[in-house]
Amino acid sequence: MHDTMTLPLAERTWPGYLRQDGRKGIRNLILVMYTVECASFVAHAVAAGEEDVHVIGFSGCYDNAYAIRLMLALATHPNVGGCLAIGLGCEYTQPAKLAELAEQSGRPSDWFYIQNEGGTRSGTARGKAALKSLRERIDAEAKIVPMGWSDLVVGAECGGSDGTSGLAGNPVVGRFYDFLVDHGGSAIFEEVVEMIGLREILLSRAATPEVAAELATTYRKAEDYCKAVRQYSVSPGNFAGGLTSIEEKSMGAFAKSGSRPIQGVLRVSQPVPKPGLWLLDSVPDNHFMQFGYTNPNDTEGIMDLISCGAQIVLFVTGRGSVIGSPVAPLIKVTGNSRTFERMQEDMDFNAGTILEGSKTLDEAAAALMEMVGDVAAGMLSKPEALGHREYFVMYKHQDTPELAAGCRA
Amino acid sequence: MSQTPTSQMRCFQVNPADNVATALDDIAPGEVRVLGASAGTVVVAAEDILLGHKIGLRRIVEGEPIVKFGVPIGIATVVIEPGAWVHLHNCRSQVDERSSHLDLKTGAALDTAYA
Repeated sequence: MHDTMTLPLAERTWPGYLRQDGRKGIRNLILVMYTVECASFVAHAVAAGEEDVHVIGFSGCYDNAYAIRLMLALATHPNVGGCLAIGLGCEYTQPAKLAELAEQSGRPSDWFYIQNEGGTRSGTARGKAALKSLRERIDAEAKIVPMGWSDLVVGAECGGSDGTSGLAGNPVVGRFYDFLVDHGGSAIFEEVVEMIGLREILLSRAATPEVAAELATTYRKAEDYCKAVRQYSVSPGNFAGGLTSIEEKSMGAFAKSGSRPIQGVLRVSQPVPKPGLWLLDSVPDNHFMQFGYTNPNDTEGIMDLISCGAQIVLFVTGRGSVIGSPVAPLIKVTGNSRTFERMQEDMDFNAGTILEGSKTLDEAAAALMEMVGDVAAGMLSKPEALGHREYFVMYKHQDTPELAAGCRA
Repeated sequence: MSQTPTSQMRCFQVNPADNVATALDDIAPGEVRVLGASAGTVVVAAEDILLGHKIGLRRIVEGEPIVKFGVPIGIATVVIEPGAWVHLHNCRSQVDERSSHLDLKTGAALDTAYA
């Protein structure tokens, strides 16, 4: 296939925020993080009415290495310019540590314990005052530089899939990924449990023999996981909608990876090491506690993609969805024209034009690239403009082979 | 469904190697326009096929792979004639044994005891 991306689109640049680690952000947000469910009310009260402030948090009182890594990855995300960590005061996860590491990354940061401030009203007032002084520092210290496709990391996820997702929604993202990678950008796809049945195809996409070995290990872990629960990532609704096998569903999902070589496997919260196409492994490592499902909901998968540094995430949904995301804008793509018309207030991009024959795959992918460029340049995506900021930070185990660490016996 | 004029019924073939296409409309017996890889051709549906489900584009013998996206998505368990509905009753997964124990229409699991 030839590259139909026109020169002006290929050479497009927009202003970005340069961070200490060399990455560039398309937004300059303040991230409020709470370190236990008990602090969530005050954290949301602090952020209320503040356009540039997003909230995430971890609900558990006992800490979890995976969750702490995820919060730190979001605190030092290129779209984040500063942080405010809020704890209750009794939990294991330490807000002081989160703020300290965020500050070390060049981001003005602050923290406090609600118990030390007096309570709900005084804690909220303390947080509002912190935002004001953080914002002054962030504005004074902002380094605005030109940014282009090679500075961009884009993530892709699918959910609420229907018969059009594999035919139009995911393929248009895949073709856009080809364009992005060809122009020096980075693209991340995930959902290894939805690659079951495609082992040889997945391995054939590896950039090197080492990557092929890495992909084989990742595939086996996902396969073992599915066998252990005797359940593949396909549901009665998928079958009723016309999907006949997990292989068919997998191929439809895999289409969003496009056709370029896979550079390697990322773990959750690992920044993309170099440009190109990457597979994100969000499946839990084997652990006696199991820690539940690999992606309990769409939001969890989107958070994983953002944790790897994606400044924008594409969400392909045939049936439609009304979620958004903090930190990185979500662009909602559907391959179903009926869904697009019915849910226009929430859906950003209609790939159904491919099925109707009014646009070729390459034309639709170029149009999607243009929209991604617009959002990178500051246009609000629909979920972003609606104020959707859903987040999900869960207990998970991704720490093998250090499985025995922390045990004395 | 039966009111739909035949020429309006469409299916989409992703890859030229595919022996099935996906219905873009609810299909009734009769001529169906093929879009995508074999755009411009026609297949004659032998039965009702719902939107999102697959129609066989040629004769597929027992044991032959069902090909969609250019790759095998399952194995034919019986001979499948052109224009036939291709689903759980004539195609089985090569990895997921459980999917051979589902209700053909609803996809509901038939292997779980409720009493």
